[in-house]
Amino acid sequence: MVAPSSGTTPNSADQLAPLVLGGGVSRRYWRDVWKGRELMYFFAWRDLLVRYKQTFLGIAWAVLRPVLTILVFSIVFGRIAGLPSDGVPYVLLVGAGMLAWQFFSTALIGASDSVVANANMVTKVYFPRLVLPVAAIVVSLVDFLVSALILTCLMLWYGIAPGLRILAAPVFLLLGIVAAAGFGFWVSALNVKYRDFRYVVPFVLQLGLYVSPVGFSSAVVPDQWRFLYSLNPLVAVIDGFRWSLLGTGAELYWPGLLLSSFFAIMVLYTGLMFFRATERSFADVI
Amino acid sequence: MAIAIDAADLGKRYLISHRKQPYVALRDVIAERAIAVARRLVGRVQSRAAAFEREEMFWALRRVSFSIEAGERVGIIGRNGAGKSTLLKVLSRITDPTEGRVRIWGRVTSLLEIGTGFHPELTGRENIFLNGAILGMPHGEIRRKFDEIVAFAEVERFLDTAVKHYSSGMYVRLAFAVAAHLETEILVVDEVLAVGDARFQKKCLGRMEEVGRSGRTILFVSHNMATISSLCTRALLLDQGELVYSGLVSEAVQRYYTDGTGSPGSVDYSARGLRVGDAAVVLLAAHIETNSGIAPGEVRIGDSLEIVLSLEVLSAGGPYVPNLHFTTGDGIYAFMSLDNSNRITRTGRYRVSCRVPGDFLNEGMYFVGIAVSSFQNGVNVHFYEENALTFNVVDFIENVGSRAGWAGPVRGVVRPKLEWDVDHTD
Repeated sequence: MVAPSSGTTPNSADQLAPLVLGGGVSRRYWRDVWKGRELMYFFAWRDLLVRYKQTFLGIAWAVLRPVLTILVFSIVFGRIAGLPSDGVPYVLLVGAGMLAWQFFSTALIGASDSVVANANMVTKVYFPRLVLPVAAIVVSLVDFLVSALILTCLMLWYGIAPGLRILAAPVFLLLGIVAAAGFGFWVSALNVKYRDFRYVVPFVLQLGLYVSPVGFSSAVVPDQWRFLYSLNPLVAVIDGFRWSLLGTGAELYWPGLLLSSFFAIMVLYTGLMFFRATERSFADVI
Repeated sequence: MAIAIDAADLGKRYLISHRKQPYVALRDVIAERAIAVARRLVGRVQSRAAAFEREEMFWALRRVSFSIEAGERVGIIGRNGAGKSTLLKVLSRITDPTEGRVRIWGRVTSLLEIGTGFHPELTGRENIFLNGAILGMPHGEIRRKFDEIVAFAEVERFLDTAVKHYSSGMYVRLAFAVAAHLETEILVVDEVLAVGDARFQKKCLGRMEEVGRSGRTILFVSHNMATISSLCTRALLLDQGELVYSGLVSEAVQRYYTDGTGSPGSVDYSARGLRVGDAAVVLLAAHIETNSGIAPGEVRIGDSLEIVLSLEVLSAGGPYVPNLHFTTGDGIYAFMSLDNSNRITRTGRYRVSCRVPGDFLNEGMYFVGIAVSSFQNGVNVHFYEENALTFNVVDFIENVGSRAGWAGPVRGVVRPKLEWDVDHTD
């Protein structure tokens, strides 16, 4: 006769409350997402492992790309255009901006492609789909650490040490993560349904690189536009990085920071809702 | 017994759109909206759907209700497109049902494809952990079972080699090994055993049986009726998205072969408009004749049976050699037999029969594969219908006299009645 071994006995909670499929979103949604965190680390680990196994220049590329961009931007905006540098070497101004921007753009691109890139798995196995874009963001956090190392070297070279303000840096990084995740959830879900959406993202990011204060200080933006300019969450992130790492500007521009944060959180919230509403049909349309 | 799965009025609808590119393009949606707005401005009313594309609804599953008790091993059978895979996808939470509800008690692992999430660049070791995590195995559990998985897959020597260098057999073995060591209460398996070599298939079947015996619920889709009947305690038969039968495996298998019409143990290809064969020979129909006078498709263990084929030779030549392949319900190839008469050469229809004697086969289910070959210009197989017919050999309890009083199961593929001589020599 059937004798369930101890390892396979369903726990009493599962016995009492069956999983119900059909008729709306499962009540266990967030519990499942939380349970999926281990898988999320695995996906991130896989992507990093594969990247550094596949490309011989994997690490070199991660270093070379930001360094070259910082150089070009410093020459174009600092030397040729002669924009003000907020009292720090222009290379550092760009470096701090680039640190924030690079993280945001790689996180957003990674998250946008994450679901479509794993289509094979999405149609064959159940797991909380949210794990995919989140893992992509974790991967770009590792890239962020590499970029941070470069900025550290530059700061050592110029002999600039951050003060106590550096303790605030994680808060601005968090704001960057919130913004990247919010847009990432939106785009990854849209990508599943509209396959040409992927061409929109690089274009928008290219525009964003020049619209956001990466190559210049946001102090050059006229005061009457400053508040509106902060609708772009990256403005607060970049300004915050410069403020905490380089010590530019005596005071933070609080109205802008609050507006940026509010907007980023709204994007994250709506992104989550949209993702959650559409993910149940991913396997059907992907 | 506790219920493991309870499905009520399950339905899954897909939209099939008739357009050229497989995906929705955002620019088309924008263009469509723009056209719709323009039309409204101009004042011509036209339905959006009609103007742009035709969409058709298709029910892959409809009104499917069943319940499965914990510990049952259930086979899901049906023709291609009957909804088997859709049902598995719904049960494993990959897609949401359009209507109806499923309630599931316990964790579900689905194995719809072997090696899902395997990455070719990663080593065997790395893939075991990754695949385990994708299938929902906690890290500690994978670590605990790691050696067992490796031993089962027989890839010890290649653990630190990237799986892109694996042979397909090794790849499949590793992939199945991970899945086979999951400890969830409910296991949902699609046709994954159709891959790999015969020896490993057997090992997988053994493992699945073990899993079933340990009280876990298994849902299993296969086209191999022999596998289904050896593994499952119950079967669901789907046809065009609807559940047409739920119950005994033998009954479900026979209905599957006969499409619910005609008598079990017979198949009429020409009447069903199917063409089995090539330009030289075709199989029109086949059936099993028994004189047992019991349920159709069943034969008493002591009675003989006849396999009757109806062939048509379209092109003279040959000689064409009909051959039959017998497989047991456990998937063991029992024996084959061929017509040695060399009399099928001219065009026209032939009735070919092969008599299988009584007191030869063991009790249980047998499948008959039908083929016609010719051996003139090398081996030429004109057709091979695997598992075309099925019959059940039954041993009634009154037969116990011929077992010398032994009433337990008699093992083996065959149970021939052999001549024994006993002399009292002292």
